[in-house]
Amino acid sequence: MSTIASSIFTPDTAARFDKLATIYPLKRSALIPMLLYAQDEIGFVSDAAVAEISQRLDLLELDVRNVLSYYSMLRTVPAGKYNVQVCTNISCMLRGGYELLDHCKNKLGIGHKGVTPDGLFSLEEVECIGACCWAPAVQVNYDFHDDLTPAKMDAVLADYAAGRGKDVK
Amino acid sequence: MPQLVSHPDEVKVVSRRFGQGAAEIDKYIELDGYKAVQMGIEQGPEWIVNTMKASGLRGRGGAGFPTGMKWSFVPKTSDKPKYVLVNGDESEPGTCKDHVIFLHDPHAVIEGTMIAGLAIGAKMGFIYLRGEYRYLLKIVEKAVADAYAKGFLGKNIFGKQGVDFDIITQTGAGAYEVGEESALMESLEGKRGVPRIKPPFPAVVGLYGGPTVINNAETIANAPHILLMGGEAYAKLGSERNGGTRLFGISGHVERPGVYELPMGYSLRKAIYEVAGGIKDGKKLKAVVPGGSSCPVLKADEIDCGLDFDQMAKAGTMLGSGGIVVLDESVSMVEFALRTIAFYQHESCGWCIPCREGTDWLKKTLTRFHAGGGNKKDIDNIQYLAENMMGRTFCPLGDAAAMPTLGFIKKFRSEFEEYLEGVRVEHPLIHIKPVGELAMAGAGH
Amino acid sequence: MPDVTLTVDGRKITAPAGTLLIEACKSAGLEIPAFCYYPGLSLQAACRMCVVRIEKVPKLATACTTTVSEGMVVQTETPEIQQARKATLQLLLGNHPLDCPVCDAGGECELQDMTFKYGAADSFYAEPKNHREEQKWSPVVYFDRPRCILCYRCVRMCGEGMDVFALGIQNRGSSSVIAPNVPSQLAGLLNSGEDQAQLDCEQCGMCIDACPVGALTSGTYRYKTRPWEMNHVATVCTHCGDGCKTTLGVRSVTDGSEIMRADNRDKSGMNGDFLCNKGRYAFDFANSTDRLTAPLVRKDGKLTPVSWEEALNFAGKRLRELRDQRGPESIGVIGSNRTTNEENYLLQKFARTAIGTNNIDHHRTADYVGFAAALAGRVDATASQRDVLSAPAILLVGGDPTQQAPLTAWNIRSAVRLNRTRLYVANHQDIKLKRQAKAFAQVAEFGYGAFIDSLAGSEAFATAVRAEEKLVVLIGNELRGADLAKLIAVFPAAKVALLADYANSRGAADMGLLPDALPGYQALGSSAVAAEYDAPAAPGKNLVEMFDAAAAGQLAALYVVGSNPVTRYNVDPATLKATFLIVQDMFLTETAILADVVFPSSNLYEKAGSVTNHYGDLQLVSKAGDRAGVRSDFELIVRLADKFGHDVKQLVPFGKRQAGIRADMGQTRGAQAGEADRHAVWLTANSMEPKLSPFDPFAILDEIQRLVPGYDKLLRLQLLSGNDQHLAPAAGSLVQIANRNDLVLPSNDTLFTSGSLTAYSPMLQDVQRHESREVADRLAAD
Ligand SMILES: Cc1cc2nc3c(=O)[nH]c(=O)nc-3n(C[C@H](O)[C@H](O)[C@H](O)COP(=O)(O)O)c2cc1C
Ligand code: SF4
Ligand code: FES
Repeated sequence: MSTIASSIFTPDTAARFDKLATIYPLKRSALIPMLLYAQDEIGFVSDAAVAEISQRLDLLELDVRNVLSYYSMLRTVPAGKYNVQVCTNISCMLRGGYELLDHCKNKLGIGHKGVTPDGLFSLEEVECIGACCWAPAVQVNYDFHDDLTPAKMDAVLADYAAGRGKDVK
Repeated sequence: MPQLVSHPDEVKVVSRRFGQGAAEIDKYIELDGYKAVQMGIEQGPEWIVNTMKASGLRGRGGAGFPTGMKWSFVPKTSDKPKYVLVNGDESEPGTCKDHVIFLHDPHAVIEGTMIAGLAIGAKMGFIYLRGEYRYLLKIVEKAVADAYAKGFLGKNIFGKQGVDFDIITQTGAGAYEVGEESALMESLEGKRGVPRIKPPFPAVVGLYGGPTVINNAETIANAPHILLMGGEAYAKLGSERNGGTRLFGISGHVERPGVYELPMGYSLRKAIYEVAGGIKDGKKLKAVVPGGSSCPVLKADEIDCGLDFDQMAKAGTMLGSGGIVVLDESVSMVEFALRTIAFYQHESCGWCIPCREGTDWLKKTLTRFHAGGGNKKDIDNIQYLAENMMGRTFCPLGDAAAMPTLGFIKKFRSEFEEYLEGVRVEHPLIHIKPVGELAMAGAGH
Repeated sequence: MPDVTLTVDGRKITAPAGTLLIEACKSAGLEIPAFCYYPGLSLQAACRMCVVRIEKVPKLATACTTTVSEGMVVQTETPEIQQARKATLQLLLGNHPLDCPVCDAGGECELQDMTFKYGAADSFYAEPKNHREEQKWSPVVYFDRPRCILCYRCVRMCGEGMDVFALGIQNRGSSSVIAPNVPSQLAGLLNSGEDQAQLDCEQCGMCIDACPVGALTSGTYRYKTRPWEMNHVATVCTHCGDGCKTTLGVRSVTDGSEIMRADNRDKSGMNGDFLCNKGRYAFDFANSTDRLTAPLVRKDGKLTPVSWEEALNFAGKRLRELRDQRGPESIGVIGSNRTTNEENYLLQKFARTAIGTNNIDHHRTADYVGFAAALAGRVDATASQRDVLSAPAILLVGGDPTQQAPLTAWNIRSAVRLNRTRLYVANHQDIKLKRQAKAFAQVAEFGYGAFIDSLAGSEAFATAVRAEEKLVVLIGNELRGADLAKLIAVFPAAKVALLADYANSRGAADMGLLPDALPGYQALGSSAVAAEYDAPAAPGKNLVEMFDAAAAGQLAALYVVGSNPVTRYNVDPATLKATFLIVQDMFLTETAILADVVFPSSNLYEKAGSVTNHYGDLQLVSKAGDRAGVRSDFELIVRLADKFGHDVKQLVPFGKRQAGIRADMGQTRGAQAGEADRHAVWLTANSMEPKLSPFDPFAILDEIQRLVPGYDKLLRLQLLSGNDQHLAPAAGSLVQIANRNDLVLPSNDTLFTSGSLTAYSPMLQDVQRHESREVADRLAAD
């Protein structure tokens, strides 16, 4: 049973939130994980999610927005079902990160932070994702794809398009 | 999944269990896991701290602060609970070593956290991973759950009456600055990742106001090994005042990029040319960023130095996070500088003026310069800006942006000048567009 | 804390250990520049302007976060430091719009001042600046993002200072921005026409004052004038009983001088930098085009503009006739709680000595007669506004200072936050100050009597409060008469204050605008004043009784000064049909519209005199605004008395009264912002009389000092210098309170209402609309 009367989240997520609010020395610590999990479920952090999370953690909505807007992984508008995040930071750049980004732009027909019309893919140029030694690297949602070439990237995209891609949550 | 590499020169301490399935608790135990922490319980905090001091282990997060000393700074008694905080925010460009630890040996981090807890008298530890490491979080979460199931975590651990320890795992949500220790605490408390005023230092007033030890994940993962092998033995593996070994991530234009564990003080030249197989496609070396993107660049003729904190400082750069980024002759320093600064501009938390405005200004200037709208005065301006950020910002992020910038300008000034004359690389890597119409007009009075 | 000695720029200075270096330097006269540092708010170290060089510290250190220590050696203005500051300014200016010529803050901008000082004028920034349109966050708060230097003062002021938390910081890095609490997508919910983010808050405007630059501007002031085109006059706010000092910026216009803005940026006065919404903006009624500017006399049933001579003659003669024909008991006088002490005193003196009646009253908003009686015989028993800030413990019984006495609420919060004051709150409602309270006692509605009884008991709240040695007890107007006396008796050693509603509610009572008490709450029959006045010894009619008499056809005339009883007491207009009604007011109020004669009067911002806040703190008001065609209530009373046929010299002892005392031919010129009224001070110091005119309010101050217990203690130089001084009506032959009808009618004003003035303040109405919409938005969103 959720502590919130009519949660906008699925029962599983609501239960997870109930627990998250209890494990820390300070309830507020659950804020960033909650925002992430909310985004994982809804696709972005909606106003309703902000309202519910602020209620759960006894925070002002403004407070939640202050925090939410700080972190680059959190978004307030929907992304595609598969958010393709291409790292172009130094190590990846040296091994073709930009080429990969341009390839994805052409392939998907969208730019940075764009979403394909069918809502399947979105594209983002991101800062270093901690895969420098396996560059160039891309994250699709939370899954890593290393040592890519445009050809390998096509295969990755094809896998997701066909519903074969891994979707870590 | 990241590929494991190896080289005969490696000395495997922290990477000893990589590739052996040690993420499974039984395998970990089989490979001497959770022995060190039990030794720690037997021998007590003083022994742990002394062993750590003797090991000469210096923080692997970047600053290289002696770990044993850091642990000894925590007051013995405190009104507020004490905490151990593991910094797994790994975001410094060029760095991916904690990644492999979490992937291959998560229990080492857990055990290390417990050891640090024993050393300072904390009953709770936090392992904070960057938000992008969700798949690693799941591995660490499972490891924590398994440790609880075995009675290694929770109340009366290992059956020892009155010895309690809990671990909470946590992730960020995309912010480099949150790797800074006090910003990490803010983030963990559910706030914006803005650093705190120091003093007070975390050892006295840290997480939730309690005394806190914060260490990098690799630093922590070393602790069990050090207790098992003894401080002196560990120290001996490394160089003077730089005990042990370290995970070096070698990336960029090398034949065999990867994370290698090399003894402290190992030759940078050998690391590039032997361990990582030399420059890719037989090209010539142009420059090396030796410890993550915030370290001043070394020119090809400056790489005859040992990979430890002191030798790198002597070489005018830093060992940083151990992320060695190798650049071949094809790279334009203008472009590389722009990409480096673009990162810091994106990641500045915005709290203090010199960093917020300085990185923004640097990025804009470099963007225009890169796009062909630069002029001679820009080069001086870039240097002026960086010089005036150095040492003036609230936290070291400002320095982290200024230091490499100064390096690029000082060491490759002629390349910037030639760039103005139209000498460009054939295939620019970056496709960043300058902002606005004015951008092409050029700077100047 | 013990003092430590340190060396700053070669000078040895001492300061208590633990003092911030920036403050220690300031005390020693060394100004260290700062944007983000703001005394009383949390430390940020964000702007890096305050950097100094401390010996043995490797980097430049921030003076705003460094505490002084023994033997510290500091340099504050070396070339290295100047360069650091200059570079910081250059960085700020790089993306700054540099629109000083049209910026409200131009001329009083800290960024301008520092640029001037450090000479960061050369610009080598070639990129286009990040332009953003300015935003209207509320009727009174506008935000101009490109001007913002992100010092976070506003955010802290709103959160820490006001406990409102309506401002936040969003995004990060160079996209960081100050944001209000209702984001644009929610602000648009109700088709309000606003697609901009909105502020749902107390609209106090403290953020604007704290802003060192022109990023936050005031809806009522912006783009109206330049600071140097205004005169700045220090005076007292007219709205609530707290009596904030305010500095009014006024500008000459064809028909007088217009008030452009109000603030207390110089932090003089007991409110420091504090002003609430009303204090800061609700002076606009004074500039209203609805103001009456000519006397009106009812002719053929219609109020018709006439000359002053005609109106005064008519009113005075008619009043005299009625007094003579139907007797003084048939005349009533109603005074105001927004007029000055001098005016109030004069009004009751006119009623009692010229007309000869005790039928005088005012709209009472707290039981000050009961309060004085309860304190009879106690010395040093009343708390001043300043006591609240320094009290180690405060008990608040009843009242809602956040809404009704915002400065008191601010001081309570500041005391709790900065001095760890223990706050105990007893209330029948969940008032907002409960958030700061150490303990809260829930009182049943109308249950304060029972609550007071419980204070003798053994409950935690009672024992904790009783254990406090130095307690300040603040009492809401719910407590009156016997309850009030009982509560005060529980704490014989405490300092107490009774909270009322308007700028001079306390002064109205102190000055004897009461049918049953003379000035200083002295008894009608036997007191110094009584002897001098030779007024009737029997109590007169109170305000309600006057209207009852009118209804019964027994009130021949009623003289109403600065009050709107018809609305306030819900009087049926027909009641006054047979009463000759003289009204003195700024506006054609519901009362004035029924009058036979209406005198246009000036308000508190357009006159000099003194007012007493609900704590008993006396302050000077100075003439700031002016409106052609209106006269001060003081002058009007004197002139009416003259036409009434009374000897004006009996009423106002003006001019040379004693041989040998020199008089000055000039009138006091009033004081400039933060400056003493030097002219009057000088005259007083030289034993000269600054009063040659019967219309100079200070002409009657001597008499007030002579006859009103408590006010005899006032120090004129203190008053004239613009300092507040705490007075307490002393014990004497006070009125007896047995079975007395307290007639207290609280105004129930909120932060956005101010009695009858509400209707004449477009700003207050705008803000009310804005707030109700925001509330509706919230409800819709939930
Ligand atoms: C801007 C900035 C980012 C940092 N990021 C990281 C990081 O991602 N991981 C890390 O371990 N330390 C990071 N640090 C260093 C930490 O502040 C801290 O020194 C470190 O976690 C201490 O651990 P150690 O003593 O084990 O190195 C960062 C520091 C700064 C100033
Ligand atoms: S240097 Fe300043 S703006 Fe930059 S990250 Fe640190 S505190 Fe934030
Ligand atoms: S006043 Fe010290 S940093 Fe701003």
